[in-house]
Amino acid sequence: MRVGVISYPGACDDRDAARAVSLLGAEPVRLWHGDADLGGVDAVIIPGGFSYGDHLRPGALAALSPVMSAVREHAAAGRPVLGICNGFQVLTEARLLPGVLRPNASLKFVCHDVGLLVERGSPWLPGASAGDVLTIPIKHHDGCWFADQATLSEMEVNGQVLLRYADNPNGSVGSVACVTNEAGNVAALMPHPEHAVEHLIGSTDGRVLLQGLLDLAQAPAHRLTSV
Amino acid sequence: MRVTVLVRPRDGILDPQGEAVRRSLAGLGYPASDVRAGKVFDLQVEAGDAESARRIAGEIAEKVLSNPLIEQYQVEVEA
Repeated sequence: MRVGVISYPGACDDRDAARAVSLLGAEPVRLWHGDADLGGVDAVIIPGGFSYGDHLRPGALAALSPVMSAVREHAAAGRPVLGICNGFQVLTEARLLPGVLRPNASLKFVCHDVGLLVERGSPWLPGASAGDVLTIPIKHHDGCWFADQATLSEMEVNGQVLLRYADNPNGSVGSVACVTNEAGNVAALMPHPEHAVEHLIGSTDGRVLLQGLLDLAQAPAHRLTSV
Repeated sequence: MRVTVLVRPRDGILDPQGEAVRRSLAGLGYPASDVRAGKVFDLQVEAGDAESARRIAGEIAEKVLSNPLIEQYQVEVEA
């Protein structure tokens, strides 16, 4: 199992993401924003950081980078992609996920553990069921997810909301913390699962999402929300 | 051709930056309310006439300079 981790100028969580992939027994493959292909990886992580200095809008310039053409093809083929923090911003700006990430309602940088309520069982959350709470840290300034009410309602009907904040830290609409695309093979969240993979750090709940990514990479590509 | 693109938060979208400025202005005693913060982009666009400069800048504004989910834009071409 080979998992691509994309690095951008200004990325800072790419090494932690690669390390977490190794801890789960898969092989991390470091990819660069200028790459034209994904080197045949089974899954992709777009990690956290401040790509291109967050200039213009967070994720907006990274969404235009050469490697994103390959990510689009990978996603269109039904293969799994996980965006974390800046990676969530990149995926919304690339229109691979609905909505957009805006400055936190408080205008303050937030950095602490959050409780995440599991909305529903999902291939992305192996072993977790509705009502479970995962503890995973956040660290962001622009994590206020926004979509209009019609879009959010449609997503809820389609089962595209996987996690909600137990205590909304950033003003996200509907306290939404983790969403997928309609097909269910692209998911992203502001919290950092790659920072919650060892007891020493306080929580191993991040392993749930990362294991979900690995499981999906092994499953045949299909409409995953119907599982 | 010199082109200016103005990008503003869409009407009805919460603008925390504008709101923070409004609170500061109120604290200073200024009679100012309903502050909205946006961005200004000045561009040199190579085009034969003002109309094509406007069209090119409009495409840039739509695809790159603004996110239509939360922002609206306005293109001004220098006469």
